[in-house]
Amino acid sequence: MISLISPVETWAHRIPAGAKLLALSALTVALFLTDRPAVLAAATLAVIALYLSAGTAFLRQGARHLRMLWPFLLLIALWHGLTGQAQAGIVIALRLLAALALANFVTMTTRLTDMIAVLTWVLSPLRRLGLPTRAVTLAIAMVLRFTPMLVENGQRLALSWRARSPRRPGWRIVVPMAALALDDADHVAEALRARGGILNDIPDGRN
Amino acid sequence: MERNMTRIALFAALIAALGLIPSLTLAFGVPITAQSMGVMLAGAILGAKRGALAVLLFMALVALGLPLLAGGRGGLGAFVAPTSGFFLGWPVAAFVTGLIVERLRSGPLAVTVALASIIGGIVVMYAFGIVGMSMALDKTLAECTLLVTAFIPGDIIKAVLTGLITQALARSRPAALLSRS
Repeated sequence: MISLISPVETWAHRIPAGAKLLALSALTVALFLTDRPAVLAAATLAVIALYLSAGTAFLRQGARHLRMLWPFLLLIALWHGLTGQAQAGIVIALRLLAALALANFVTMTTRLTDMIAVLTWVLSPLRRLGLPTRAVTLAIAMVLRFTPMLVENGQRLALSWRARSPRRPGWRIVVPMAALALDDADHVAEALRARGGILNDIPDGRN
Repeated sequence: MERNMTRIALFAALIAALGLIPSLTLAFGVPITAQSMGVMLAGAILGAKRGALAVLLFMALVALGLPLLAGGRGGLGAFVAPTSGFFLGWPVAAFVTGLIVERLRSGPLAVTVALASIIGGIVVMYAFGIVGMSMALDKTLAECTLLVTAFIPGDIIKAVLTGLITQALARSRPAALLSRS
């Protein structure tokens, strides 16, 4: 699995994840509250400067993540070009660019383990309500393991389908894929229970 | 507890795996991905609560920075893009789909699930998507609705497939259909 996190170590990698997320939330809200083109242009330039401070390779990688905006930028250009409200169009386009680039910047400079630590911290009040946050971290690890397993199973099923049929497998392959996956999930559940379950080391001494 | 959890994790993984299937292109040039079918399936098979939890778990992984969305997208940017409304509507879509399958017990399963997927996975999801798009692009709700209508036929196909897949699974693994247990 190709990660979105930048392999290039930058100064921003060393800032605590919580601080980056807090700043990102505040700045995103601010971007959506202002309608002044000058402010949004300044914000976009500041975001570009932020990427540049991490190097040109980093900037190029960041630009690649913005490709999904093209159809929308084209749409805005056409729409506002035709209706003659160029300024409103520029405001919308700059806001989209700055908000998305800023969010990607945080993702690119924050390690998975740091993000998981923030998630666990955010969820910790739920522990008082009796919800095991340990289950969440375990579930994340399970999804990471299950996903490649599902893909492999799907490829294997598609191969055996092709060995027997001249036609392509299509959607029908999802049924045996899901059935096998459900069996595997049940085996994992049994294995977990056999090892004492997922709740066995909760500090309030349930065992 | 363990069984519920592994199934929730499994369906989160299924949504991720379906995102890796290359997107089909309909006759009139609109790409459709299998990923939103995973959301419908999670609701239809796991039921309202567990289905929504599976989707939330998947969204958490995307937020953490994993490129699990169709086309290899992901990270925090997935929450501020023009199409983020659809993404944010996913847990509600799975919940509503599951709720309808749980409550509406008369009639053939495939038809009920297809209907539930149309209401949860299309009506509810598009409601979120259109509001999100209208906020991001600063256009009226009616204008944004027009922009997304081209994607509705593809999603109806996915709802029908969700019905057929759920029925086939209910036959081969009756105990797996938690929404009806």
